[in-house]
Amino acid sequence: MPERERYELLEKPSYHFETERRDVLKLFAGGGLLVLIPHSAAAQESGRARGAWRGEPLPDDVEAWLHIGPDGRVTAFTGKVEVGQNSRTALTQAVAEELRVAAGQVEMVMGDTARTPFDMGTFGSRTTPTMAPRMRAAGVAARQALLELAAQKWGVKPETLEAADGCVRDPKSGRSASYGELTHGQAITRTIGKEQISRPRGESVAKINARDIVTGAHRYPSDITRPGMLHGKVLRPPAWDADLASVDLSAAPETGGATIVHDGKFVGAAAPSARAAARALARVKANWSTPAGPSNSEVFDYFKHNPTGPAEDAVRAGDVASAWGQAAHTVEGRYTVAYIAHVPLEPRAAVAEWTRDGLTVWTGTQRPFGVREELAEAFGLDIKKVHVLMPDCGSGYGGKHTGECAIEAARLAKATNRPVKVVWSREEEFRFAYLRPAGLIEVRGATAGSGKLLAWEFHNYNSGPSGLATPYDIPHQLIAFHPTRSPLRQGSYRGLAATANHFVRESHIDDLAAASGSGPLEFRLANLKEPRVRAVLEAATGRFGWGREKSGAGRGFGLACGMEKGSFVANCVEIEIEEASQRVRVRRVSTAFECGAIVNPDHLKNQVEGAVLMGIGGALFEAIEFEGSRITNPALSRYRVPRFSDLPELATVLVNRRDLDSAGAGETPIVTIAPAIRNAILAATGKALRSLPLAPSGPAGANKSA
Amino acid sequence: MKLRVNGKEVTPHDPDQSLLEFLRDDLGLTGTKYGCGEGQCGACTVLVQGSALRSCITPLSAVADREITTIEGLETDGKLHPVQQAFLDAGAMQCGYCTAGMILSCVSLLARHPHPDEAEARRALNGNICRCGTYPRILQALRSLSTGGRHA
Repeated sequence: MPERERYELLEKPSYHFETERRDVLKLFAGGGLLVLIPHSAAAQESGRARGAWRGEPLPDDVEAWLHIGPDGRVTAFTGKVEVGQNSRTALTQAVAEELRVAAGQVEMVMGDTARTPFDMGTFGSRTTPTMAPRMRAAGVAARQALLELAAQKWGVKPETLEAADGCVRDPKSGRSASYGELTHGQAITRTIGKEQISRPRGESVAKINARDIVTGAHRYPSDITRPGMLHGKVLRPPAWDADLASVDLSAAPETGGATIVHDGKFVGAAAPSARAAARALARVKANWSTPAGPSNSEVFDYFKHNPTGPAEDAVRAGDVASAWGQAAHTVEGRYTVAYIAHVPLEPRAAVAEWTRDGLTVWTGTQRPFGVREELAEAFGLDIKKVHVLMPDCGSGYGGKHTGECAIEAARLAKATNRPVKVVWSREEEFRFAYLRPAGLIEVRGATAGSGKLLAWEFHNYNSGPSGLATPYDIPHQLIAFHPTRSPLRQGSYRGLAATANHFVRESHIDDLAAASGSGPLEFRLANLKEPRVRAVLEAATGRFGWGREKSGAGRGFGLACGMEKGSFVANCVEIEIEEASQRVRVRRVSTAFECGAIVNPDHLKNQVEGAVLMGIGGALFEAIEFEGSRITNPALSRYRVPRFSDLPELATVLVNRRDLDSAGAGETPIVTIAPAIRNAILAATGKALRSLPLAPSGPAGANKSA
Repeated sequence: MKLRVNGKEVTPHDPDQSLLEFLRDDLGLTGTKYGCGEGQCGACTVLVQGSALRSCITPLSAVADREITTIEGLETDGKLHPVQQAFLDAGAMQCGYCTAGMILSCVSLLARHPHPDEAEARRALNGNICRCGTYPRILQALRSLSTGGRHA
């Protein structure tokens, strides 16, 4: 069964190249090859298109998923990729546990379109719930095949044999044969059926390739080199959606070995060094036309007035319209959420090489098969001629779904007939990658006289539909997502809109609790219907010592809880407001997280705490500033991300439900930290902030939209 | 001009390069990473005469005749440097892209303050970003070293 895409947002790269025969090549004496293309492709520019997602059925033969070498070493194959979430280790554990070999015995080939089964991409927290069971099933099938091979060899029944430590043993006779001796490296020809797979053992296996990381030996995508490789740079417009009105290459240098390529909207250079390529581009004169658009202060009204379609994903229950009349307390709010950037520490990077057989590209992406398709489309190639490899890369957080950098490297490599590496600068990463969508959310909630929630109306404009459904028991509900135009390029971000929707829901729940004279914990416990949310809320508050101290001037306690993608999270937070600077400082965070049966407790804790820290940035101070579609703070000196100085005291409770299937854990732990902080600020100051980021320069200046 | 990198004398052909470009593109020492190009993230940290320096904003001319140590130069005879080992033991990484810079910043800090307290450690490392948020583990690794592993 192909995976079904349900949540992800995607902006496809927008390059449209001319066909090869329209290339006009000009060789300069200085060594530079100049490729000139008549400027007509820009007219075909279709603008922002929602990506079409293609699925392929997964293979069901064991050999597609794993192979046992003559030395007994296991090679496993998955289209998933490693971006820091430790999927390489988790999937290795899955295979090793079912095959009954040590984790060190397994090599996991990941995200290589020529060697691994098709995979739609590494997103949506799907690796653990869908890929791990698949790898386990292949492991079980292979183990069964090994038992049968040994049984045949020894003339006994397979069920009398045991597999352990990479060997099959006959407990009766004491005979034993290693996996390698049994297969001699031959393929295991068996179809994976409905194998009985095991739950994870839950061991803290260390990160598989950690040693290569501490020695600097691991090659990230930006570290890949090829013989004869050139470095490429791309001429960038002032804004991501600007059109190339005219370009003059006459001043471009004929020295330095730089090749300038102009194809449609694309102007780039390849040279022996990135600096030489940039120098060549600096001499290109280009005029761009940039569409007008709203600034970051105007964008929320813009969303309201620029729908792109009817409301989606509506939840309707009871009769909201008539419920307001029966309410004891009603609270309305208008909330806003800023665009934020992923800031993967390794920016987009790609090395492209053309051979007689086609195109090979090494690139940092969460969708190697998707990038293969984008390359095939951009260059008019059969998909079989494109090979994409994804070395474990310097993080993604949902920000590396697209293949623009791969396309740029491939375009330059095609023109120069040499391998070309393109590594985006940090500024390019800010300005031309996509962002987490900004959003406007309007909400109205009401309680009955009993203190129970009565009605809930919730309208999310632009930020997305993930995490819209509430874990609370509310008889009358109307919840809608309104897709709108966006002045900036936007796409997936860790947790998608579950962060925005939880921020608003959990903030508003605190305001309703206050209106009805109840405490934040009591109000939630009285209204929560989802027992797994209740369990993490109780675990987090227990660990935190909730209620032991009261909030006061300059110091506040807040909490929030939620669920997303099959896992459950709650945070309790203590904040302090520094008297002089009015800066909000998160002092202490207790988190409880539950995702079914735990695969690797140590890595899970690392992931949960990392998500909390990342979430503190979006909660307190991260925001993209822009005028129209031009981003005005595209640098780490102007866009602050969490640092050591922002690290609170962390206490993390991992609730292990060994009786349940494992869900993913890379995203959900980020979704409730922002409202917990917001509710702590409310407790400390009485100010009900309604915008993310909450306090870029202290709580006083933060509440622009309330 | 000449400089020494991981104990070997090297002669750059283009003194206008940044130290980062020279290390990565000319010497193939790709353990040193590009992160921001403005000295804000610490991914490009190397040791110059034993002190942490941001190689992305350091012109080669500024380090003539100096001794540079990159992450590749920390291991001796196949044995990890204690800071590398402490990062392994603490599992102090997720994607690992910041790790080389973090390790070298810790080496530099410990050379100056063998027993930094938590506040000193945070101050010294505040210029190194781990976007995955592995800060607690990095402090744990540092703590294990400054206390001789007693609280590791």
